[in-house]
Amino acid sequence: MPDVRTADKLNKKFLREEMWPTIFCNGCGHGVVLDYTFWAIEELDLDMDKTVFVSGIGCSSRLPGYINADGLHTTHGRAIAFATGIKAANPDLNIIVFTGDGDCSGIGGNHLIHAARRNIDITVIMINNFTYGMTGGQLAPTAPLGSIATTAPYGNIEHPFNICELAKALGANYVARWSVTHPYQPIKSIKEGIQKKGFSIIEFLSPCPTAYGRRNKLGDIKKHWKWYDDNTILIEDYDKAMKYGTDEEKEKIKNKIQCGVFQDIEKPGFFEQYEKLVERLQEKRVKGGKK
Amino acid sequence: MIEIKEDWCKGCGICIERCPVGALEESDKLNRKGIHPARLKEKNECNFCRLCELICPDLAITVIPDEKVKKDVKKVLLSPTGGKNK
Amino acid sequence: MKYKRDPELIRSVLGNKVQFILGDMACVYGGLLAGCSFFGGYPITPASEVTEGMARRLPRVKGTYVQMEDEIGSIAAVIGASWGGAKSMTATSGPGFSLMMENYGFAAMTETPCVIVNIQRTGPSTGQPTLGAQGDMMQAKWGTHGDFEAIALAPSTVQECMDFTIEAFNLAEKYRNPVCVMADGEMGHLRERVIIPDEKELEIIDRVPATIDKKKFIPFTSSQTRNSKVPDFPTFGTGYHTYVTGLTHNEKGFPATDKQPDHEKLVKRITSKITDDLDKLTNVEKLYLDDAKTVFVTYGASARPAESAMEMARAKGKKVGMLRLKLVWPFPYKEIQKLASKVDKIIVPEMNLGQIVHTVQEYVEGQCKVVSAPKIGGEMHLPHELYKYLEGK
Repeated sequence: MPDVRTADKLNKKFLREEMWPTIFCNGCGHGVVLDYTFWAIEELDLDMDKTVFVSGIGCSSRLPGYINADGLHTTHGRAIAFATGIKAANPDLNIIVFTGDGDCSGIGGNHLIHAARRNIDITVIMINNFTYGMTGGQLAPTAPLGSIATTAPYGNIEHPFNICELAKALGANYVARWSVTHPYQPIKSIKEGIQKKGFSIIEFLSPCPTAYGRRNKLGDIKKHWKWYDDNTILIEDYDKAMKYGTDEEKEKIKNKIQCGVFQDIEKPGFFEQYEKLVERLQEKRVKGGKK
Repeated sequence: MIEIKEDWCKGCGICIERCPVGALEESDKLNRKGIHPARLKEKNECNFCRLCELICPDLAITVIPDEKVKKDVKKVLLSPTGGKNK
Repeated sequence: MKYKRDPELIRSVLGNKVQFILGDMACVYGGLLAGCSFFGGYPITPASEVTEGMARRLPRVKGTYVQMEDEIGSIAAVIGASWGGAKSMTATSGPGFSLMMENYGFAAMTETPCVIVNIQRTGPSTGQPTLGAQGDMMQAKWGTHGDFEAIALAPSTVQECMDFTIEAFNLAEKYRNPVCVMADGEMGHLRERVIIPDEKELEIIDRVPATIDKKKFIPFTSSQTRNSKVPDFPTFGTGYHTYVTGLTHNEKGFPATDKQPDHEKLVKRITSKITDDLDKLTNVEKLYLDDAKTVFVTYGASARPAESAMEMARAKGKKVGMLRLKLVWPFPYKEIQKLASKVDKIIVPEMNLGQIVHTVQEYVEGQCKVVSAPKIGGEMHLPHELYKYLEGK
């Protein structure tokens, strides 16, 4: 029965306090995602001895270093492939992958596609700040059209990557996107994602005032956080407005980023199917009496 | 009662901005990093909604509900996903 | 499904004691006998048979097989599975080996045991996919960035493909390092007789798991329970809460990227844990070395025509010998130095433009003549071609 009710007790249970304070800039949303993850784990009463955190490279991937559990800080973009291996060796472990937008959809795009397609039983928490933050603010695949980056000084001419649509098309069991600015929905969503068997991906829109905000007229932390309030919309509201709204209303919300649960289905996971295969072979061997 | 770990606060100001009743402000003293950490105002309307505790990026805020102070709102500590404390 | 090595089940899946199989299949047999329980692979000529063989047999011994989306994913899954507690391996060829280099270095830095089988083919780039070569020997040692110590074995027969894969697992578990089995396309696609060893003839080494008090355990330092530079292994899920990172880390595993002494201490320990044991690791075959004046120093597939050329020469009364390197890295330089002081000429036949010959030359230090006998293009040396080297000065 979870009994932690204050942040102080939460910290003592889950945090590696000797590593605190974090390397994150002030106004960064990564610490908030960590906070939400802790609350979700606490409410689910997960066994920290049986939970493993895997990450790639980047600001988001520094998160496992602060958590008092087994952690694997791997190479750029490959976190999901490493997580597949750990799950294969010990399917009883709960695996949570922290990754960033460039790490997951740029260099790691192939691994994301195949893990979602195979429905590997892991939970991917992808923190999307529209930039490659740790290296100073280069263009990321998810950056909005027209935004400024160090490698796109005249404005981005590429269209952004909609990772949730991709995961939905691949048949991932649970796909959601939230902004870090409001706590209640993300915490519940992380809980649902962890409990769900099969591949779950939860995208978090997170502010990066230092690398992204500064170059895109959102340098003030309060203004940057407010941008998320003004430019995101729940999926249900979006659909309603598009169906029943006036032309004016449609125009207003057309370009907002949709947030919510995109897909929530039950398909058997890869290792579940694999275990059935192994059992089938063992039965055949015992019945047939041959190798 | 709001406890703020002053050496952990990075002065982002999000708790001050997001408090629904404006109960927090920047303090005058400096912490070890040269930041003015946040603090509860002298006169405040804090109703223990715990939004600041949930949203602080540095996990520096702890909300301890004050039993003695009588408020209109029912003194039930909400869980982060809504609903009553089990 | 937690794997438990069952010798009877493995042998019932492998079949008869004496078989006539491909070199690739011998690597599969060696892996299964050693207790491999995870294989992450990707098809590539001439190593596709290894991944096919594993796909067929690994589920039958209750192991896990996943065909990953590319070689980078394969080696990543193999390292992850190793931390999950499984003995894991992958198999590839030149192009795939090049892709794996980043994570190969990661395995060395984080001290993860794993086995990579490289059935070499001609390069560079796509080259001749169906023909063998020995062009990756230096890559096994220097392919990844930074300083680390490689362990690589080179089989010369199909039986050795099997035996060396078992040995590779033992070395990987003992030293907590990635180990390469550098076969080549000739060995991989050759069929020969193999004899599957009985359980009592096998020596299987497993990693030493961490067992001491969780509060006292230090993950990345010399072992706290035995006299060894190799730390005990805190498998994920056993409650040790280890943080494993490819960044330079201190003894507790946390990043220490701005401190010179931490990096020096770490890298020196992970290299010296292997180089300190060079004498124990050295594994060579010596033929007719007592009175030889000209010696072939060779490894892998090139050893076979070299042996024939040596026999031809001996039949004519010439004093020729052969030193076959079974373990190529860490390089057995003491054997070379001993040899160089006694002989006049060393010939190094290789199926590349000369790679190991440079290392031989380095340790010979001018004590005798060193001649490279390269052959590229996918054909093995012919004995009479090598015999010509014996006639020249």
